Amino acid sequence: MTNKSEANAGLYKDTLLAGLWRENPVFRLLLGMCPTLAVTAAVKPALTMGLCVIFVLLCSNIVVSLMRNLLKPHLRILMFTLTIATFVTIADLFLKAFQPEMSEVLGPYVPLIIVNCIIICRAEACASKNPLVVSIIDALGMGAGFTVTLCVLAGVRELLSTGKIFEAQVMPDWFVPWAAMSMPVGAFITLGLLLGLVNAVSKKLATKAQRKEK
Amino acid sequence: MDTLNILIMGFISIVIINNLVFTKFLGICPYLGVSGRIDMAFGMGMAVTFVVTLSGTLTWMIDNWILMKLGLEVTRYVCFILVIAGAVQLVEMYLRKFFPTLYESFGIFLPLITTNCAILGLCLFINLWGINNLLEAVVLSFGAGIGFTMAICIMAGIRENLNLADVPQCLKGAPITLITAGILALAFMGFAGMIR
Repeated sequence: MTNKSEANAGLYKDTLLAGLWRENPVFRLLLGMCPTLAVTAAVKPALTMGLCVIFVLLCSNIVVSLMRNLLKPHLRILMFTLTIATFVTIADLFLKAFQPEMSEVLGPYVPLIIVNCIIICRAEACASKNPLVVSIIDALGMGAGFTVTLCVLAGVRELLSTGKIFEAQVMPDWFVPWAAMSMPVGAFITLGLLLGLVNAVSKKLATKAQRKEK
Repeated sequence: MDTLNILIMGFISIVIINNLVFTKFLGICPYLGVSGRIDMAFGMGMAVTFVVTLSGTLTWMIDNWILMKLGLEVTRYVCFILVIAGAVQLVEMYLRKFFPTLYESFGIFLPLITTNCAILGLCLFINLWGINNLLEAVVLSFGAGIGFTMAICIMAGIRENLNLADVPQCLKGAPITLITAGILALAFMGFAGMIR
């Protein structure tokens, strides 16, 4: 009994951590690029977007996992999309009611969570095959990985484009803001360079681990 | 004459100035995935153009003639995604029957058009911009498809040559594609403010 629960705990931890680094949705799987690029001009909208995605991912993973035995194979994608669309509507209305400013800034990118590949990918790859608890943990890990990535990207861009983070001045006076960083150009190039950095770092880690084994 | 003027302006604006890929970040996933070869990129662009025109028009009709009349705006997203999924299914069936080789080479990317943000995004933008004329909606959705095709073909052309370039190891693949897209976006920024 203890053995089994220990194995379970290991599996849960592994699933949770996978989303943060090894299978990070943005850096590793290249999923959900549109919101990643679009809402990361500043940290606050990026964080809001991340929280929305966590909410939708969690709810849709729970629902899909609960009904996984009832799904007909050829209709499953449709069912996933409808489930996701329902929760996104809830999140959108919630934002409109309680965070009208953020809702204004994010605009159509909140409803666009429906077609965010991360959510449908997790529904397909994880929730439709695994029991409830694993699906919940997977959703939390993936969501957290997505949110952290978004915030890092937004942090770099906001710092360079305005010299502020969370609307608080951090750069010294002589710093000249790079206006281009808040534009589409900045989004594409920052993400490209960050991806390159992640590739380089993970390669270094891999060679280190190999040397250790020897 | 005035309507025609508005239509032409709208078309140019959505193809070049408000290009979905470069200014709204929509449709990035297929943009990175399928832009390896120019013929596939063109096929993908055509499929997206067809789906986006069809679903842009249909969602406008549903939105204006049914949902708004009945006060059912809450169900808007669910309806939109259903229409798009249906349109993609139609394209898939058509391609499988008449262009089996093209169908094979698309693989997973064809059903993924359903989750192409460009399509749902355009339907939402049409709604957001308050387009209240069917003809305008049709022209805008068609223009969006053409804009996407143009962007993905330019990218494919560049990437075919990029294969021969000496790129640092860690930047190979997606990172260099994104950086190239950034430079293209910079070029497209030059068009901003051309109209109005």
